[in-house]
Amino acid sequence: MIGLQHYLTIAAVLFALSVAGIFINRRNLILLLMCIELMLLAVNFNFIAFSRHLGDETGQIFVFFILTVAAAEAAIGLAILIVIFRSRRTINVRELDSMKG
Amino acid sequence: MNLTDLLPAAPEMTLLGLICVVLLADLFVEDEKRVITFWLTIAALFITGTSLVLTAQETRTVLFDGSYVSDPLSHVLKLTAVGVVAIGFMYARDYLHQNKLFKGEYYVLGLFGLLGTMVMISANSMLTMYLGLETLSLSLFALVAFDRNSATAAESAMKFFVLGAIASGALLYGISWIYGITGSLQFHEISEAIRTNPEINAVPLWFGLAFVIVGIGFKFGAVPFHMWLPDVYQGARSPVTLYIATAPKLAALALTLRILVDGFSGLHEVWQGMIMVLAVLSLVIGNVVAIAQTNIKRMLGYSAIGHVGFILLAVFCGTGQGYAAALFYTLTYVVMAAGSFGMVILLSRQGFEAELLSDFKGLNARSPWFAFMMLFFMFGLAGVPPWVGFFAKLNVISAVLDAGFPGLAVLMVLAAVVGAFYYIRVVWLMYFESAEERAILQAKVDTRFILSLNGLAVLAIGLMPGWLLSLCMRVLG
Amino acid sequence: MHGYHLTIVLAPLAAAIVAGLFGKKIGRAGAHWITIFAVGLSFVLSALVLKYLYWDGGHAENYSVYTWAVVDGLRMEVGFLIDRLTALMMVVVTFVSLMVHIYTVGYMHDDSGYQRFFSYISLFTFSMLMLVMSNNFLQLFFGWEAVGLVSYLLIGFWFKRESAIFANLKAFLVNRVGDFGFILGIAGIVMFAESLDYATVFASGPAIAAQNIEVISGVPWNAMTLICILLFIGAMGKSAQAPLHVWLPDSMEGPTPISALIHAATMVTAGIFMVARMSPLFELSETALAVVVVIGAITAFFMGLLGIVQNDIKRVIAYSTLSQLGYMTVALGVSAYGAAIFHLMTHAFFKALLFLAAGSVIIALHHEQDIRKMGGLRKYMPITYWTALIGSLALIGFPGSAGFFSKDALIEAVRESHWHGQGAVYWIAYLSVMLGVFVTALYTFRLFFLVFHGKERMDEKMRSHVHESPWVVTGPLILLAIPSAVIGWFTIAPVVFGNFFGTSIAVTERHDVLAQLGREFHGSWEFILHAFQQSPVVYLAAAGAVTAWYFYLKRPDLPDVISKKLSGLYTLLVHKYYFDDLYINGFAAGGRAAGKFLWQKGDELLIDGIIVNGTANTIGRLAGILRQLQTGYLYDYAFAMIIGLTLLLGWMLWF
Repeated sequence: MIGLQHYLTIAAVLFALSVAGIFINRRNLILLLMCIELMLLAVNFNFIAFSRHLGDETGQIFVFFILTVAAAEAAIGLAILIVIFRSRRTINVRELDSMKG
Repeated sequence: MNLTDLLPAAPEMTLLGLICVVLLADLFVEDEKRVITFWLTIAALFITGTSLVLTAQETRTVLFDGSYVSDPLSHVLKLTAVGVVAIGFMYARDYLHQNKLFKGEYYVLGLFGLLGTMVMISANSMLTMYLGLETLSLSLFALVAFDRNSATAAESAMKFFVLGAIASGALLYGISWIYGITGSLQFHEISEAIRTNPEINAVPLWFGLAFVIVGIGFKFGAVPFHMWLPDVYQGARSPVTLYIATAPKLAALALTLRILVDGFSGLHEVWQGMIMVLAVLSLVIGNVVAIAQTNIKRMLGYSAIGHVGFILLAVFCGTGQGYAAALFYTLTYVVMAAGSFGMVILLSRQGFEAELLSDFKGLNARSPWFAFMMLFFMFGLAGVPPWVGFFAKLNVISAVLDAGFPGLAVLMVLAAVVGAFYYIRVVWLMYFESAEERAILQAKVDTRFILSLNGLAVLAIGLMPGWLLSLCMRVLG
Repeated sequence: MHGYHLTIVLAPLAAAIVAGLFGKKIGRAGAHWITIFAVGLSFVLSALVLKYLYWDGGHAENYSVYTWAVVDGLRMEVGFLIDRLTALMMVVVTFVSLMVHIYTVGYMHDDSGYQRFFSYISLFTFSMLMLVMSNNFLQLFFGWEAVGLVSYLLIGFWFKRESAIFANLKAFLVNRVGDFGFILGIAGIVMFAESLDYATVFASGPAIAAQNIEVISGVPWNAMTLICILLFIGAMGKSAQAPLHVWLPDSMEGPTPISALIHAATMVTAGIFMVARMSPLFELSETALAVVVVIGAITAFFMGLLGIVQNDIKRVIAYSTLSQLGYMTVALGVSAYGAAIFHLMTHAFFKALLFLAAGSVIIALHHEQDIRKMGGLRKYMPITYWTALIGSLALIGFPGSAGFFSKDALIEAVRESHWHGQGAVYWIAYLSVMLGVFVTALYTFRLFFLVFHGKERMDEKMRSHVHESPWVVTGPLILLAIPSAVIGWFTIAPVVFGNFFGTSIAVTERHDVLAQLGREFHGSWEFILHAFQQSPVVYLAAAGAVTAWYFYLKRPDLPDVISKKLSGLYTLLVHKYYFDDLYINGFAAGGRAAGKFLWQKGDELLIDGIIVNGTANTIGRLAGILRQLQTGYLYDYAFAMIIGLTLLLGWMLWF
């Protein structure tokens, strides 16, 4: 029987993967944006599992909001990406280090 | 439900409607008449402020099935937010003109950020909080990147965006756990659940809380979630930095107070330790690293981290006195930060960013009045009596002492001493070094007037701190 | 009335800020107009306050304007205590300040620091008013330090002069000694009375006087005596009483209007005012009063003697100021507070007049200050001559002049002060003030004759340029000459004998010499007659003036002969009793040697090397290391957040 804990575990694994993806990936900014999407999906997984478990719809409504916001976020992320590419001709994470210290 | 029942939420609705008006009007305004957008924005802020004053009430009203709350605390924070945003827009005007950045986007995004801030301040459930937070954050990401020709701005926007997304992801993940365990998203229901079912006060809930605190730490810029802050302060154009340094701090305080106090006051002993870790690290790293900076925006960024340490330590006490001290500190800090970034903006001109500390050399010879005002801001931030920063720090220190943590109080005093060093260095540069730059400050009369008022307020509140202090005590009582 | 009080204080402050910060914008004329207007306003309102309190029979007011902080029940407030004593001081301060403001327009005409100067003197007026109007020790201390600060700024106004910097430093250091005593005294008050408010402290006076304190264990001192002596040490510094007088003559390096305003009429009298204000405390300790008498008497006589051998026009007047301050102090010591304040007032007028007249001479002679190079100026500068004559007559106590009434009342009070006993204290005080009269007349008229009469000793080129000063200079001279001449006649009856001060000054019955004198007082005219008939004072003054005439006009060769004959005494006086040598080569050099040792071994090695610089360097190095953490790479930032999250989770599980 697949129960709540299984859903929570898979959500946690997805969350951890996305976080790992953000700091292990040292090349491409687009991959970063994808990891962020993944992270939000992990959260959605959690919400739906809990919502089903509690028999309460609020969690599912929250998921709709998260999906909407994620879309807006992706739009802004890609817009910034384009600005970076325009000015630097690269989207390599390693080269974004003009400010430090 | 009557329409009049929604009256407490009128300021947000008014603001949203007015933003739409500004957005539409800006489309039809020609570039050389862009000043119309500016004045429309100021009018929108004025109307929002007026509606805030009109709807202010002593009682606590909960709306939208418990998602939204209107109480004295929210009025104080919102009014301050509207005020500092308006001040920031006034300071920014000439700068944007001279740098060919005088566009509607700045104002619309700024207003949307303010809307997010106001929603956060009045949030009574995790969902409202999240929506407000995202409205604010997304506006800020776009604002930072708003100068499309600046490579540093784009870089800092990207850093801000990615880290901000991680933080909101962590916050959401924490919220999902809290939701799963307490079965609710509303703060008072969460608090009620913890009270009635003591058995849920266990590791899973704490786990969720820790993730939420990551979100809080990021929003405030507390160490180790501060990494975005210096880069964004430095990389963004100065008017944007001013914006980020002011209104979002109020939002962060609201986030902290609403979640930790309204929702989790029952778990005070759990979050106390975590907040302390963040606060102590922020105090030390913020103040120490600020010394090594040569860029004034970056220095003010690190100093902001140090100030966050003070605010968090006030929250850490978990007493009414501590919360009032945190509120007092945040309100006054925001006023001083607005003024000091206002000075940075004032010193900049077309094609010249007054970003380096050395740009302040000999300011007294060039413009004694504004050097004097900058001295007010620096002394205020450093906590020299009788400027207001002194009382802000004194309140926090006495709250921490009363809560029984003398060691932390000593640490705060030491941090303040280290902090005084780099603030007074700016004063030293202004008064005792000779100028490399001879140009006279260029700013309109209204900008100068408001900046002077801002500086005098830093002194005046310090001379008469009583009313603000009792106000802070009352709205949190 | 409360609005008046605030305006009186704030108008000069506002003017000082405007003139200081916007000096360039408003220009020279703007700077002087705004400050003169502000001080004039303060003067008019002060006069109205005095009128209200005296002629209209208004009540004294004691209220706090606002509470700045409350720390452990100790209230730190800004408040005003406005009674007749305060009102009188306010009128004197603002009037002299106004005159000096106007005079400065002429005197500093060509100076490049014109606006800065006006800003400073307005700021000084504000500080002085805060000092006299205070109703608590904190504000008193604020005013005390603020007038000191402005005074240092002004002594060093011409900061490119080596001697000005030295004088500035000296004034600063010597005043620190006094302030140290003063702040200890305030600390003692806070310790015993647990309040900073005058009224509360005065009310608990008897309770304090009943206690003893053992500073050195086994030697009990009366707490009140200790507190009063400590407070008086503060007054000695500010009012330049021996042996803390050395800074005042050197302070003459500052511009002349400053010498008139700060170093003659107002700031240096702050110590006198303070002791009078604290009369409810001083009355409780006869030991402290005896100390006050002796210090004052020594200053009055011995500092006067130094005036005879000085050749710098301003220094002669400076020594005269020291001597007159000594007179006031003696009066305080014999509990004749009214006489002390009365002399303070008349002295403020005639001494400001003398300084401004000296300044007028100095400008006419293009900043020549040596009286040996003057002479015969009477016919070139008639207004300066006549006003200086009035000032000199007032200073020596010519019957009918302001100085006559105040000084005679003061000397009579000393003579009546039998409660000190007929012992050493009494005779030191009495003889000093009597002989002081002769000395005063001698140095005053020596100065007067050498400057205005006799041979014209300046060179030919200088002489052709000498002319009377412009009206902005002579106007204040005339306005000051009027009160110097007549104010004593009108005011002696109410101020000294008429219970003018009411409750603002407390005198125990046993000490009340002025009341005894008052029984014999029958009007100003009688007072003059009485002086001729029964007191040697007038004749001593006349003898002094005649001696000066004989030595410096009739037989100008004699002084040199005498100084050769009495070379020992002469050298002693020229070296100012070797006080400066003692301080500079003794204390200061010893201090420097000890300091050098401590500096090299203690400070450089231990404190600077290890503690201060060590800490600073460590923090600097730490900053350098910590900032390496901010690598600039996004993935490191994200990693830091993950570390932070782990830290939070770990902390939560651990505790």
